[in-house]
Amino acid sequence: MTAAVFFGCAFIAFGPALALYIFTIATEPLRVIFLIIGKASEGLKSINPDETAPSMRLLAYVSGLGFGIMSGVFAFVNTLSDSLGPGTVGIHGDSPQFFLNSAFMTLVIILLHVFWGIIFFDGCEKKKWSALLVVLLTHLLVSALTFISPHYGINLVSTYIIMVLMGIWAFFVAGGSCRSLKLCLLCQDKDFLLFNQRSR
Amino acid sequence: MAELPASLSYFQNAQMSEDNHLSNTVRSQNDSRERHEHTSERRRRGNSGPLSNGQPQGNSRQVVEQDEEEDEELTLKYGAKHVIMLFVPVTLCMVVVVATIKSVSFYTRKDGQLIYTPFTEDTETVGQRALHSILNAAIMISVIVVMTILLVVLYKYRCYKVIHAWLIISSLLLLFFFSFIYLGEVFKTYNVAMDYITVALLIWNFGVVGMIAIHWKGPLRLQQAYLIMISALMALVFIKYLPEWTAWLILAVISVYGKTQDSTMVWLVNMAEGDPEAQRKVSKNSNYNAQSTESETQDPVTESDDGGFSEEWEAQRDSRLGPHHSMTETRAAVPELSSNILASEDPEERGVKLGLGDFIFYSVLVGKASATASGDWNTTIACFVAILIGLCLTLLLLAIFKKALPALPISITFGLVFYFATDYLVQPFMDQLAFHQFYI
Repeated sequence: MTAAVFFGCAFIAFGPALALYIFTIATEPLRVIFLIIGKASEGLKSINPDETAPSMRLLAYVSGLGFGIMSGVFAFVNTLSDSLGPGTVGIHGDSPQFFLNSAFMTLVIILLHVFWGIIFFDGCEKKKWSALLVVLLTHLLVSALTFISPHYGINLVSTYIIMVLMGIWAFFVAGGSCRSLKLCLLCQDKDFLLFNQRSR
Repeated sequence: MAELPASLSYFQNAQMSEDNHLSNTVRSQNDSRERHEHTSERRRRGNSGPLSNGQPQGNSRQVVEQDEEEDEELTLKYGAKHVIMLFVPVTLCMVVVVATIKSVSFYTRKDGQLIYTPFTEDTETVGQRALHSILNAAIMISVIVVMTILLVVLYKYRCYKVIHAWLIISSLLLLFFFSFIYLGEVFKTYNVAMDYITVALLIWNFGVVGMIAIHWKGPLRLQQAYLIMISALMALVFIKYLPEWTAWLILAVISVYGKTQDSTMVWLVNMAEGDPEAQRKVSKNSNYNAQSTESETQDPVTESDDGGFSEEWEAQRDSRLGPHHSMTETRAAVPELSSNILASEDPEERGVKLGLGDFIFYSVLVGKASATASGDWNTTIACFVAILIGLCLTLLLLAIFKKALPALPISITFGLVFYFATDYLVQPFMDQLAFHQFYI
């Protein structure tokens, strides 16, 4: 398989996650540490006394992204490395879109993990057990959907629908509203999202 | 071979003129330019940051206690940033090693073993193999101990010239001979036709610039790049010549053994403390300095202090690697500093310092994971993340306990645990999942 397949699938699967990392996390060393460690501790707060303590929402976002990237990488990287080698996809009658489907699936899994992280942390904080339950159930649902594996179409479309719903929910949970969305899109928002998180 | 770098990194971290930092620690040092007047006291009492070894040895302790607290705060503040700054070189070194292992088959081919691991692992029974690997590891560790003692003796009797000459020869060997071999193998892999004249020119330039950058002055980035390349070369040689079980055993023992070397280092540092000449000659270049760009002054003292990986390190490595080196010098503590050390403490204290041994061992672990694991990329990435987690946790523990901690044990332990767990437990599972495209 060609290098085009390799790079294309790699960027499809990991492009948005990488963009999220570069634009929101890489500039802040503390957030990188969050990403690696996955949970905050009081000790970390003491490391940066001058900066505002990281908020729980930021932590949720970072840990969701971390989990998502790790799960996506582990699921997809061996497939990616195989795509550089010789071979014909689907020669035994399987779907010839194996790599493309896997790439899109990996992408949606990463994004879902981010949204689930935000919703889950918020549910734990506000003790909304229904939110936790829904997160868990949708996770199981998405995984179960992948079990009907050869029928990639249904699999991918329904997972993307779930991802959009989760995204909207996470957006409102994180404090967004229709008004703030409009302000942001029209570039009238003074505090841009994560850059001005106040500690909670 | 593995034990030398460990002891080396300990020694290298001992910047005796400034602080009594004795172990492989990740130190975040604060910018203390404003406390220039307390420089001598601070130096003697050691770096006051909580991340460094807090062994005060100066006699002006009461005077500088207040400074200590200020130092602590600043150190904490810079802590996170500097650890992140360490991620880049560590990652780069690992990337170079993994890329080489994956493409150049020379470093995964078994071409015999070194004299330091005389027992073969191609035995008939598993028990025999285990015994041989334990013996190999024991021999390595004892060689390290002997080298440490030898270094101490040399230092004590002020044979600085011997040490210095040894360092120069070792770095010459590493920069010229090993890079020549590496270049040759890369050309063979990609089937590039090359003549000796071009190769001679390339290697000559590479080596001479490396010698200048490391032993004398050079741009900081260049020094760091050379140090990364040298670490990668060393790690590759370890990966090639250490047999399987011996390598894992050595990694495990090194991470534990490092801690127990404190006493030797304390002694050595104490010796140096009382010797101003030795202090002047202490290797400031012992650690990779993750310097922020604003600390790159044009001060020649700074440049000679920062960015240098210890030459002792190279010396030791070279001695280990070269079969024709009958003597290994564990830690030469004395590259000559042409400039006055006293003026240079502030720049030196800036930045996090990670011992060269740490780089090598991290890269050996990840390289071995990529070379021999059945899990292939999963295991490699798992080990890489484990090492980064270890680095982060070391920082956290330093912030919590406020005393020096070695950087090697936590990361290597995590790395080993993740390697075996991923290779034997996670990989078969992920393989099946990926085959059927199930996502969990």
